Amino acid sequence: MTVKIDKFPGVYLHESDFEQGRVLYNTWDPQAQYAWDAGIAIGRYLSELKQGHLVGVRCNQCRRTVVPPRAFCEWCFRPMDDWVNLPDTGTVNTFSLCYVTWDMQYLTEPQIPAVIDIDGTRPSVGIMHLLGDVDPKKVHIGMRVQAVWKPEEERTGSILDIRHFKPV
Amino acid sequence: MSQEVAIVGIGYTSFRPLTPEVSYKELVYEAAVKAYEDAGLDPRSDVDSIVSVAEDFTEGTSIFDEYVPDQLGGMLKPNVTIPGDGIHGLATAYMQIASGIVDVVAVEAHSKASNVLTLPRITAYAMDPVLNRPLRANPVFIAGMEMNRYLYTSGATREHCALVVAKNKRNALLNPAAAFGAALEPDQALDSEMVAYPLSVVDISPHADGAIVVVLASAEVAQSLTDVPIWIRGIGWCNDSPSLENRAWGRAIYAEEAGRMAYRTAGIRNAMDEIDLAEIDDAYSYKELQHLEALGFCEYGRGGFLTADGVTEIEGALPVNASGGSIGGGHLLDASGLRAVVEVALQLRGEAGAHQIPGVETGLAFGWRGVPSTSGAAVILSS
Repeated sequence: MTVKIDKFPGVYLHESDFEQGRVLYNTWDPQAQYAWDAGIAIGRYLSELKQGHLVGVRCNQCRRTVVPPRAFCEWCFRPMDDWVNLPDTGTVNTFSLCYVTWDMQYLTEPQIPAVIDIDGTRPSVGIMHLLGDVDPKKVHIGMRVQAVWKPEEERTGSILDIRHFKPV
Repeated sequence: MSQEVAIVGIGYTSFRPLTPEVSYKELVYEAAVKAYEDAGLDPRSDVDSIVSVAEDFTEGTSIFDEYVPDQLGGMLKPNVTIPGDGIHGLATAYMQIASGIVDVVAVEAHSKASNVLTLPRITAYAMDPVLNRPLRANPVFIAGMEMNRYLYTSGATREHCALVVAKNKRNALLNPAAAFGAALEPDQALDSEMVAYPLSVVDISPHADGAIVVVLASAEVAQSLTDVPIWIRGIGWCNDSPSLENRAWGRAIYAEEAGRMAYRTAGIRNAMDEIDLAEIDDAYSYKELQHLEALGFCEYGRGGFLTADGVTEIEGALPVNASGGSIGGGHLLDASGLRAVVEVALQLRGEAGAHQIPGVETGLAFGWRGVPSTSGAAVILSS
């Protein structure tokens, strides 16, 4: 429709109108900084990641084993019962090939965010992470993957202590 | 009014300057478990709806309502999160029940103020970005300006404000949940360091962390659950214009109007005669006086004299902030109003412990959203 219109009615605004102060505006840079207390469940999760371990929790009432761990079962509304050591292997539940960064830069090689259902969870639940060391064209739902850990001295107690998951 | 509504469950954590051992979810879970236990309810089967109060900017998480259900047993139930005072949340829950669409609602509010590293900057975000923010002043100056004008027009004095500080800090010594109890003399309060003239450091309630959950139920359900339902008799809320340029600096008109609405819905004609105790916002010492007057407990300018006469002491004719309020208990961001509700409800049940006021039947709770807001909410509760 608009293709046929050479010139729209009205006054055009140009970059120079802003630069030269003919159009006025205000800007503000936010200074919002937080330090969230990890707490009992996530605190232990992070410290175990630092040791190179993946841990979950089990609810004996609904018999679920979940990761990341939580202090209470959201289904049964009671404290979780046991800590469970989990392997660092799993299966891709779903993934995407993401061609934009979060500041909207275009990527030629995509980021591959994925939910990885961790072996030993029940019913299978996953952790959110990235896939790496893999040809994006070959990633598929159901693919078996394993965590690639940072070297011990580089780990800080963060989900980034796992660099990414790669196919096994 | 339509369906009658009562408070049937109360749960809260202690209020502390820091809570590094628990996440906000774990903090809220503690309050929720206590509230449901108090009500004798299983949230997974017995609670119909969840109302929470949270501000994304103080949580540090956008669309914060996403993170609410788990710790309240609210998964796969109606949930709504309101950026308002806890009493706005209570009003929302009240309306859900009064309208007859649900019977049992849990209301939640919490503070993890200790996790916000740039809290004054976040508060500054509440100011107009074009007209006020470029001045780059810490928003506490707004309380200073308001106090200055209030003292000028009302005849109240800094000494009166110091009496409020001393009273609320002493009351807090009787409340095990309060964070900042102290045996402070009014003279010491007067000598404390100036922050934003005429507001000194002890005139400002220090922030605390904590979580509160209140369970509301319709009349029929309430009477089946408890022998001591605490009835919501009236509720009201009001916002004035946000303008720092044109507001009535000496008066809390939002509180006058919120109070008027609450009294109208409760059928109260004379606040001083019909209300036995009040927990009203004291984010800053002068606010207790200003709100006391605005809510009709005395004439404008008489709040300080009432305080000097001991009327607002625990033993007085109208105990105000017997719990210690925010000055003694810690300011809980938008959970502060719900803490006031909890304190009034406990008093009416006769479960307030060492600061119990004998023979109370009707109480008022009032919350204010803090600087720079002119946003307040009031509720009248009766046993």
